[in-house]
Amino acid sequence: MLPFSKQLHGGKRAIPGTLIFDGDAAQAGFALNAMCYSFNHAENRAAFVADEEAYMDRFRLNEAQRKAVRERDVPAMLEAGGNVYYLAKLAGILGLNVQDLGALQTGMSLEDFKASLLSHAMTESRRADDARIVA
Amino acid sequence: MSGICGSVFTSHVPGIGNAIAKGLQQDPYWKPFFDGFDPVHRFLAAERPDVAVVFYNDHGLNFFLDKMPTFAIGAAPEYRHEDEGWGIAFKRPYPGHTDLSWHIIEHVVESEFDPVTCQSMLVDHAVAVPFELCWPGEDAFPVKLVPIAINTVQHPLPSPKRCFDLGKAVGRAIESFAGDEKVIVFGTGGLSHQLEGERAGHINTDYDKFCLRNLAPDPEALLQHDTLDIVELAGSQGVEILNWIAARGAMRGSVRELASNYHVPISNTAAATVLLENRATVGA
Repeated sequence: MLPFSKQLHGGKRAIPGTLIFDGDAAQAGFALNAMCYSFNHAENRAAFVADEEAYMDRFRLNEAQRKAVRERDVPAMLEAGGNVYYLAKLAGILGLNVQDLGALQTGMSLEDFKASLLSHAMTESRRADDARIVA
Repeated sequence: MSGICGSVFTSHVPGIGNAIAKGLQQDPYWKPFFDGFDPVHRFLAAERPDVAVVFYNDHGLNFFLDKMPTFAIGAAPEYRHEDEGWGIAFKRPYPGHTDLSWHIIEHVVESEFDPVTCQSMLVDHAVAVPFELCWPGEDAFPVKLVPIAINTVQHPLPSPKRCFDLGKAVGRAIESFAGDEKVIVFGTGGLSHQLEGERAGHINTDYDKFCLRNLAPDPEALLQHDTLDIVELAGSQGVEILNWIAARGAMRGSVRELASNYHVPISNTAAATVLLENRATVGA
């Protein structure tokens, strides 16, 4: 097990390399996340693709959020209060999957990021002796 | 009387739904994960439960951050999955069980929980993927659904102990339901994974094995860590183990592991599938 981090950042517990999506982030990111939530509907995704700036106007993104979206800068989107579950809907429009997002945030190549996941590779299975689950 | 016959715990990442939509179950990458459902299918065929009570977290389909409940209990006559932004919408509806939903709501509020109640509710991949895994194909689902959403998205999250106690209250409610329903309980999500930040890709097989080892015999061992401890150990999305903890809390009888399959990696996740049985204790 890891030793737990106890250092505080601005009075909050800081976990290395990890963003805690709390009330401060939720307030800062509200407009960006609201825009991404709208992407559940295909017609909204199409409207964004047709005119990104107008679409960002509609949701009143602040300048930092707009810049992050324009530049496809995922760490900056997170820094501007984006929550990864909502950003995932934007990532889909941009053709990025969660491995792409991982590579972008860690500075690794996509292949290296996938290799880092595979470095943990294992399969462990157990099955009880029970008539209901035997072939 | 109604009772809980067992529980299914499984990862629910959208990538699994994508693999199902593309028919990749026998693909070498996916097969070790999907094979973990063979004992689950056999158990469900043997036990034929009537209802699934599912502890899960919504990722931005039904709930947005404008109104974010810590606990929400569905009480709808029917639930549906819809497009979550990447074009996959599973078609089969999920029939509800409003009488049991309201009975659970009555009971947990009496037990001093304060859930949001939802007479209209979409369910996202955290319900849809486990249902597709358990009952593959096109036939109508053979169980009715009671969905119970736990906030694992916006901190502060409920504590592990609070989730466990909610599960216990739900378990008591099910056992006191006047109908003759056989219930299977689900806890979905996990295990260790983190999608965002410099630590994206974090996986902790030691913590996952600790959870898998203790889930059936000693679930209170999982309560020794607080929510942020779990974020540090399991990753910011690995905290979905809260759904597992709640589901385990609902099992109040004699609990035994029937099957467990841990496979790393699936997408960015350490994936796991566990099947537990729950035998009612003998009354006095």
